[in-house]
Amino acid sequence: MKFSLTWLKDHLETDASVADLAAAMNRIGLEVEGIEDPAELLAGFTVAEVLTAAPHPDADKLQVLTVDTGTGDPLQVVCGAPNARAGMKGVLGQPGAVVPSNGMELRKSAIRGVESNGMMCSVRELELGDEHDGIIELPGDAPVGHSFADYHGSSPVFDVAITPNRPDCMGVYGIARDLAAAGMGTLKPIAFPKFEAAGECPVEIRTDDPEGCPAFYGRVITGVKNGPSPDWLQQRLQSAGQRPISLLVDLTNYLMLAFGRPAHAYDLAKLTGAVVARRAKDGEQVLALNEKTYTLDSSMTVIADDNGVHDIAGIMGGEDSGCTEDTTDVLLEIAYFNPDRIGRTGRTLGLASDARTRFERGVDPAFLDDGLDLLTGMIVELAGGTATDAVRAGTPPAQAMSVSFDPALTQKLGGVDVDPSEQQRILESLDFGVDAAAVPWTVTVPLRRHDVEGPADLVEEVVRIYGIDDIASTALPRVEGVAAPTASAEQKQERRVRRAAAGRGLNEAVTWSFLPVPEAEHFADGAKLWVLDNPISEDMKAMRPSMIPGLLSAAKRNVDRGATSLRLFEVGRRYFRNDDGSSNEKPTVGVVLAGEKSPRGWASGKAVPFDAFDAKAEAMALLAEAGAPADKLQVMGDAGAQFHPGQSGTLRLGPKNVLARFGTLHPKTLEAFDIDVPVVAVEIFLDAIPGKKGTASFARTTYAPPALQSVMRDFAFLVPADLPAGDLQRMVKGADKANIVDARIFDVFSGQGVPEGKKSVAVEVTLQPTEKSYKDEDLKAISDKVVAAAGKLGAELRG
Amino acid sequence: MDELNTRKDAALAAIADAATPDAVEALRVEALGKQGWISQLLKTLGKMTPEERQEKAPAIQQARAEVADAIAARKQALDDAELDRRLATETLDLSLPAPVTPKGTVHPVSQVMDELAEIFADLGFAVKTGPEIEDDWHNFTALNMDENHPARAMHDTFYFPDRDGQDRAMLLRTHTSPVQIRTMVNEGAPVRIIAPGRVYRSDSDATHTPMFHQVEGLVIDKDIHLGHLKWTLETFLKAFFERDDIVLRLRPSYFPFTEPSVEVDVGFEVVKGRRVLGGSGDAPGHAWMELLGSGMVNRRVIEFAGLDPDEWQGFAFGVGVDRLAMLKYGMDDLRAFFDGDVRWLQHYGFSPFDQPTLSAGVGATA
Repeated sequence: MKFSLTWLKDHLETDASVADLAAAMNRIGLEVEGIEDPAELLAGFTVAEVLTAAPHPDADKLQVLTVDTGTGDPLQVVCGAPNARAGMKGVLGQPGAVVPSNGMELRKSAIRGVESNGMMCSVRELELGDEHDGIIELPGDAPVGHSFADYHGSSPVFDVAITPNRPDCMGVYGIARDLAAAGMGTLKPIAFPKFEAAGECPVEIRTDDPEGCPAFYGRVITGVKNGPSPDWLQQRLQSAGQRPISLLVDLTNYLMLAFGRPAHAYDLAKLTGAVVARRAKDGEQVLALNEKTYTLDSSMTVIADDNGVHDIAGIMGGEDSGCTEDTTDVLLEIAYFNPDRIGRTGRTLGLASDARTRFERGVDPAFLDDGLDLLTGMIVELAGGTATDAVRAGTPPAQAMSVSFDPALTQKLGGVDVDPSEQQRILESLDFGVDAAAVPWTVTVPLRRHDVEGPADLVEEVVRIYGIDDIASTALPRVEGVAAPTASAEQKQERRVRRAAAGRGLNEAVTWSFLPVPEAEHFADGAKLWVLDNPISEDMKAMRPSMIPGLLSAAKRNVDRGATSLRLFEVGRRYFRNDDGSSNEKPTVGVVLAGEKSPRGWASGKAVPFDAFDAKAEAMALLAEAGAPADKLQVMGDAGAQFHPGQSGTLRLGPKNVLARFGTLHPKTLEAFDIDVPVVAVEIFLDAIPGKKGTASFARTTYAPPALQSVMRDFAFLVPADLPAGDLQRMVKGADKANIVDARIFDVFSGQGVPEGKKSVAVEVTLQPTEKSYKDEDLKAISDKVVAAAGKLGAELRG
Repeated sequence: MDELNTRKDAALAAIADAATPDAVEALRVEALGKQGWISQLLKTLGKMTPEERQEKAPAIQQARAEVADAIAARKQALDDAELDRRLATETLDLSLPAPVTPKGTVHPVSQVMDELAEIFADLGFAVKTGPEIEDDWHNFTALNMDENHPARAMHDTFYFPDRDGQDRAMLLRTHTSPVQIRTMVNEGAPVRIIAPGRVYRSDSDATHTPMFHQVEGLVIDKDIHLGHLKWTLETFLKAFFERDDIVLRLRPSYFPFTEPSVEVDVGFEVVKGRRVLGGSGDAPGHAWMELLGSGMVNRRVIEFAGLDPDEWQGFAFGVGVDRLAMLKYGMDDLRAFFDGDVRWLQHYGFSPFDQPTLSAGVGATA
């Protein structure tokens, strides 16, 4: 909220500077978000007197003035305002001053050939209002040569953020009270203008909804004369960023802004019968002051008369019964509404207002009578009229909470030693009642402090006024020795995979967790998606069931920017559901390789696009780094409909446990993402990788290199064309486990010399003798085993 | 004798003139081959008397050695010349580019999270995680924000239409604080954790994205107070920014889940258009910026988490990870974090070898 220094000083007797007050507010929890000094804007504008005014020789609408500035010779100023005349006082901007409304710096210039040494200003030019019919006319006693800002009474404006727990500071008076407690001055008593109450209130006031509206006080004032507010009131409202409207409206706003007390003034002429706080009827409508119509339901409290709803209680008044310039009789309403109910109604209607902000956080239940008398007094003083007695329906909460408080808690929780007598002084200065006769103390909480629930809150009060920044740092107790490792197995796995992927030349991206629904559906594979009720846009609506779409969109954006080769990865979560409706978030690595694997080059010739084997290489390498047993993985199919059916696969441990999928993306996937370069992708399901069994040991197994040299033998087989070469490789490798340590496919060929329906696969087998070197018959026996094993897959040794 | 010398000189001259290895070989055979003239002369030594041998042998031996050395030298020279000739044909233009290995990078958010884990591990904090799709009990109620709490509305929460098995509304967590609850419920006390992760708010402009990263800190023990909180934050920020002149300003504030609540500002100055942390915000040319929220855990929160608030107390804090990354490494646009622009990733990303360690300093210099 915003308020001027002048306003603050209405309530706080202080000599402190603006900077000191701001620092104090920050110190006690009233965060100063900005300070604006209108005097800075008005620098260079002074009070001046027009001595002579003569027509401009070359322009009908201009006059040439001589102006007394208070110092030196009078200045010549050209002026276009019709009201400029000799003898008047106004505001002169001299060369160098900057016009607030347009930021223009004034200069000495010639207007139609006549020298002009400044500008006489209008209200609008100085941003003091909308008026622009002529220049400002100041009273005759305005001191010529004086700073206009000073004369005008402009005052620095504080912009203070009030946390939701402090509705008692949503009025300037409350802020003054806090500042006084912090030693920044003395809180002034509230000045109640005197008025005579005459006679009974002619309007019946009732609350038929004691839960939503426990208290509804009111009074009628007849014979008021509404009109513009006096300057002091307008200036205060303007400093708060509010536009003055009329006395009656301005005074209710003033009560709210100065004392945190929303009130409402109805035009009595527009009311019929009793005015009642009641629940709205379902479907009942009201046209609110913001000129919008709201449809209400029976959970909402309203103020209504015989004809219908006039006020969405505690939130916004009705357009039909509001005060206007012609209002002569008013009914004032000061009520206490249930904060929770106000909040609920406001949320349901999507309606925010200054009144709601205060009521839903809790206004001061002890300030109903005072608030009503203050408002009445100000109206009678400024708008005249005769007030009736107050009427009171219901009662506001009056039971003050008392907290049992041991002042030693301030040290225990706050870490600072504040003398008990100082603690008592602080609490009492904030209107807490302190009975310090025995420890623990009995502390009575002022009704307006809805936020104080227990001793910890009192520690906060003491510490914030004492100075939370003065608390000394205390080292956390530390376990002896070197800090123990803290990362979990999953964290270590993620870190390792991430750096391995980056080490392999991939760039880590962080993409949105949410996707457009169609993209998410494309990758959902039957899982029920998490779809937001209130997304920020249609593009961010469904939680991702796969890492690939987000990376694919990133790849597309890069391609659209002209990138030709992309290696992206992300370590993140995919979002599924548990049976109990809770979230099942699976840690996953996604990789997308798009465009060229290598660009055209002087040595390599044409650019080479990524292919499915590049995806397989990343899948294998990253799985190994993630701790999967790479030598036990089987390549199988069913990568998913998003992939090219013939150029994709899964890596599994056993037939069911899929650790990764990889391959070329399906052309339809690329089409759906509007991307026209080749793309291969990998998804690694980190949660599917089995953890290491047993306790980990640092020592490696014993190193025992074989004494004898290994022997290589090559075999070429004719196999059915559709036999996966990997099956043959595994079969060959397993043919004689005592001797064969490796089998590597080094050639695959079909075509000339190979029968139709067959292909030739050549395998290099590494044999490792253990105790003695192989003799011819040993080698023959091993070869026979290899050929026999391969034969089980329909492989024949090529002649 | 003269004849030997003459012949030797002639042979040496011929060797010196030989133009090819073959010619040298022919000369070797002529002189030192089985039938070569020096070999023949050597054979005559056997038939001589000892006196005669003593007289002639040295000259013959000398001739053999000289010729043999000359042949070896000439052969080496010719081989060298031949090698040089061959090498001269094998010259490569090494100004041409070598094969390029693509350079991979680690995202700044990951890097900073690793840095945080490293610093806090030294202070005895473990890293905990929790679900991002939360229920409203963990995200709000247990953090002392009941359904009507005004702070709830201020969280700009993303909701799902779904409810879980306990009829709790499902939502995207608005902060990492629910991990506090989960950790206390699952593991009891004492607790020393940080909880980094993705959080979500329905908010989008130049400085806000609907998804961002936060790290939560929680310490629960018997005698933890605000002084410990202040020390922990100072120690962490000094280690993170690797500056001893970090100055914090604590301001009272309000969060429903802490009491007292403290907003923490840090002093900075603007150097070449960038905010550089360090120094008091009240020093000339300096200012304060809000960096994190914190406080003593509200006893209601401790109760909700199933612990006895008369026995256990402690502090919690939360800070934006992306924000820390921006302040440390100089990015100025949060939205770029989540765009996957490879140029940005290459510019701001980290080498996989920049694994943060305490001994090297957790930060990676530019």
